[in-house]
Amino acid sequence: MSLFFNYTLNGVANGMIFAALALSLVLIFRATRIINFAQGAMGMMTTFIASSLLNRGLGYWWMFVLILVMGFVFGGVVERVLIRPLQGKSELNPVIVTIGLLVVLEGIAGAIYGNASRGFPAAFSQSGLTVGKTKIAFSHFDVFILVSVLMLMVATLVLFRATSLGLRMRASAFAGEIARLLGVRVGLLLTLGWALAGVAGSLAGLLVAPTSSFGPYYMDLYLVYGFTAAVIGGLESPVGALIGGLITGMSISYVGGYLGTGFEPMGALALLIVALMSRPEGLFSRPQARRV
Amino acid sequence: MKHPQRLSVSLALRGAAAMVLGTTLVATVMTASAGAAATPGVTSKSITIGATVPLTGPAAPGYSEIAPAMDAVFQWVNAHGGVYGRKITYKYLDDGYNPATTATLTRQLVLQDNIFADVGSLGTPTQAAVQGFLNAQKVPQLFIESGCNCWSNPKYPYSLGWQPPYTVDGKILGTYIKANFAGKKIGYLYQADEFGQDVVKGLDLEIPKASVVSRQSYDVATLAGPLSNQMAALKAAGAQVVVLATIPAATALAILPGFAIGYLPQYVIDNVGADAPTVGPLLSSFTQQATKNAAEAKAAAGLLNGALANVYQSPVGDTSNPWVQVEKNLLAKYAPALYAKAGLDGNTQYGIGLAYTFVQALQAAGKNLTRAGLVAAIARSGKHFVTPGFVPFSYSSSVHFGYEGGEIVKFSSSAPPVVTPSGSWIGSTPVSPVYVTSPGAGPVRKYTGKISTPPRSLVSTS
Amino acid sequence: MPHIKLPSQPLIRHLGVAVLAGVVLYFLTNNVFSTYDDSQVGEIATYVVVLAGLSLLTGLNGQISLGHGGFMAVGGYTMALLMNHTQANFLLELLAAAGMAALMGVVIGLPATRLKGPYLAGMTLLFALALPPIADKWPATFGGDQGLAVNAPTAPGSVNPEEWLAWIQILAALIVLVLVANLIRSRFGRAFRAVRDDEIATSLAGIHVARTKVTAFAISAACAGLGGALFGLSSFAVNTGDFPVTLSIRLLAAMVLGGTGTLTGMIWGGILLVYLPQWSTSLSGHFNLGSGVSAYLSTIIFGAVLIVAMIAAPAGIQGGLRWVWLHLVGRVSTLGRGRQVAKGVSQGSTS
Repeated sequence: MSLFFNYTLNGVANGMIFAALALSLVLIFRATRIINFAQGAMGMMTTFIASSLLNRGLGYWWMFVLILVMGFVFGGVVERVLIRPLQGKSELNPVIVTIGLLVVLEGIAGAIYGNASRGFPAAFSQSGLTVGKTKIAFSHFDVFILVSVLMLMVATLVLFRATSLGLRMRASAFAGEIARLLGVRVGLLLTLGWALAGVAGSLAGLLVAPTSSFGPYYMDLYLVYGFTAAVIGGLESPVGALIGGLITGMSISYVGGYLGTGFEPMGALALLIVALMSRPEGLFSRPQARRV
Repeated sequence: MKHPQRLSVSLALRGAAAMVLGTTLVATVMTASAGAAATPGVTSKSITIGATVPLTGPAAPGYSEIAPAMDAVFQWVNAHGGVYGRKITYKYLDDGYNPATTATLTRQLVLQDNIFADVGSLGTPTQAAVQGFLNAQKVPQLFIESGCNCWSNPKYPYSLGWQPPYTVDGKILGTYIKANFAGKKIGYLYQADEFGQDVVKGLDLEIPKASVVSRQSYDVATLAGPLSNQMAALKAAGAQVVVLATIPAATALAILPGFAIGYLPQYVIDNVGADAPTVGPLLSSFTQQATKNAAEAKAAAGLLNGALANVYQSPVGDTSNPWVQVEKNLLAKYAPALYAKAGLDGNTQYGIGLAYTFVQALQAAGKNLTRAGLVAAIARSGKHFVTPGFVPFSYSSSVHFGYEGGEIVKFSSSAPPVVTPSGSWIGSTPVSPVYVTSPGAGPVRKYTGKISTPPRSLVSTS
Repeated sequence: MPHIKLPSQPLIRHLGVAVLAGVVLYFLTNNVFSTYDDSQVGEIATYVVVLAGLSLLTGLNGQISLGHGGFMAVGGYTMALLMNHTQANFLLELLAAAGMAALMGVVIGLPATRLKGPYLAGMTLLFALALPPIADKWPATFGGDQGLAVNAPTAPGSVNPEEWLAWIQILAALIVLVLVANLIRSRFGRAFRAVRDDEIATSLAGIHVARTKVTAFAISAACAGLGGALFGLSSFAVNTGDFPVTLSIRLLAAMVLGGTGTLTGMIWGGILLVYLPQWSTSLSGHFNLGSGVSAYLSTIIFGAVLIVAMIAAPAGIQGGLRWVWLHLVGRVSTLGRGRQVAKGVSQGSTS
């Protein structure tokens, strides 16, 4: 039974990180209806910069804030420079551009930082919390992951539901032309959507780095699972990103633990198919009008 | 509706034009291949060799240092006139550990670049894919950087291994465990491919099955985060000794979550994943934290302390060892950029040893250099090569493995640390005699022969 | 424009082009190209086989697939298993590869009927990731690290084996191109396009939407499976490491860069897949940066080409060529007969 408990805790910890990436994918999809394949790599890039800053002696929390701001700017710049020129044309082209960006970022990170083995500090202790007499597989750092992603989620929800800015963002995504006619600066809001996604992505990068083999490719698999989580939860819903992330994280943990290693992606695929069969636009999508 | 005739013409012409244009484009981009020399890749002044290694991609960390380190040895040789007056050109290409890419690049090296031999290519799946092709083309596939048992195969006489086969590693580790941890509960955590499976095969040949309480594995292709589930399972099974047949990244990703749940078994790590300068930085994420907990940091700093590993040449921290000194000097002089970045670690040491073996093979093959002659020379003289290893090579006409032995070392904070540009890492001391064994079911014997010292030419001029 | 009277039937037309191309390629590979060049042309042909299917599915039928590497794996392993365990005829093995992949295409295509755009992309991406590790779970059957060795049938007489393999691959590509081209002009092709453009109207017109979509997936997967088998032959062995997720992503990128929905564009896509890595490697080599940085620079160049090409030529290479053909060649050819016509054409096109 305690093995199940361990698997669950591991699943939750991983799941929250998938949720952070899923959230950034949701933000971008809501804004520009594009899947940003470079989201993980963008988080990787900001984390490498974070590593350089830390090596130069900058304090962790100063770095933390700075990197989130950098992620914000990075996301906005990418939208303005690479995605905006492709507006209005085929759906596939922005996808290819983000793929190209992914490749370029990994190349730049590899070229500058090289293949050397490196670590990245965690915000808090990675030693398991002591419950009763035993150490459980959930550390202070895992709590931090949980709390920071939740806070991000709540902030996003508040932004969309309770602020006029959020309302304008939703309007721009849903009916861009009409919003434009009503005086909403649609372009700026699209950029803002990508910028917010950039924050989520760089947060994810900082959360993953301490517990993975930190290198140019370390976010790749997380992006795939984050994408899975976003799709399961519904690409329109931040809450869906969270739930989707948790479901994905826990399923992978159980599948890997009970069925054996190597089956995790297949488990995620099965999960995805089951979820999408019941609700083709994700678990938390608004029900579409029924097609006759 | 457009005029069907004109539509058909334009369509047909477009189609045909594309085909012809495409192939002409291809033709103009391609370079004409040189005519085949008497021995391809060999002239009176030069030898061209090639390799395919992962320089980018998830498999690159660490391994990408090997080929440049090999090149340092070749630069040293060239600076001293080459072998029989021939300077060595080493052309290594990036295959990203993808066997399909390896196939394309190896074809390019053999058919277009006319390499004399493929030396120091890396990987089991990658090199297994081209083994047939290289042997069919009679191109020596020398000193493959992999511990697969498949390199010594009479069907492929041009292929040779170099590092100890993984099963040999397993047998040596198993012998030590059997002798020193009798009665304890053993657990395995191994990579779920031929590397890990072969190590386990070796372990199982020595350790009684009843002692093994848990066998956990991880798939390297889907390796994302810490191996928490596997460590939890090992802890639950009560394993007191855990053998890690892991790549360096996975070694860290096993030890860290183990430590996090308060699980501190006796670790026994296979050579592949036991390089302190490579594993150390990955573990260091644990010791650097935003909120400092001194006691915990101290405990974490010693995560490798006390762990055991198998090695087949002097650990890089042993600066009193003449081979280590030679390797350091050579690297510093002939690959200064690499030395500044990585220093002498397990990977660069590996590369230097392998390249030096090739140089000796060239010397043994004589002035009249042919592909078959080179392979025959290694079979004939390989046993007598001067090597930094604890055991001599096993090369013969029937055996195409290099090292088939090693000893056990213990990581110890009291041993001289390994100093590299990235920091100071825990050193190790020998705790066992040198063993020698074959990958099969044969016995593990102690080796009592002498370890060679570096020859004067290597010491004085590097 | 010379008035060549070509047969109006698509099949004959396509066959004619294919035969012409085949003859030209035979001549080139036999007499002009080196053995290495032959193998490169063969690799291009292999990718053309896969990309043709992808273009059909994504371009014509509007279903985005990031999982074609998975279908290639199915085809490759099917051929390899038959080759290693039975004495089956080579042609049969290739057909079986396509067939098994088509079956897998149905398996994936069925849930895909309910999914749109990015949701479908997510599912297919996960499929590409999940399938290869399954083969690693049963190394005794699937060859484990060493993979399954595969060999083309022995070349007749004095023909170079590399050249022989290239011919097999080129022939396969030409056949697939002819078949797919005919499919596009048939009622199936119209049904595919109709489903892409408006599902409701199509179903009202009496076409079974789901069945069409699954058929498209199956045919596309069959192409990928055949391509995967040929790919395995080029790689001397079939190994899970041959089919990473990046392969599926690069296939999609090559298809888009070549020209989504076109067939001729897939030739450009194949050329890109084979030559862009080499070209970027040699370009970065010129900067003399040391092996580590140079290898990554090659990656950067590859990615940069993707980005720039997409922004500069959104319709892909084929789209760009079409633009050139229409605007420049079209104008030149009407010079003799009436500049008025040309002016009218150019004015019309800028409105």
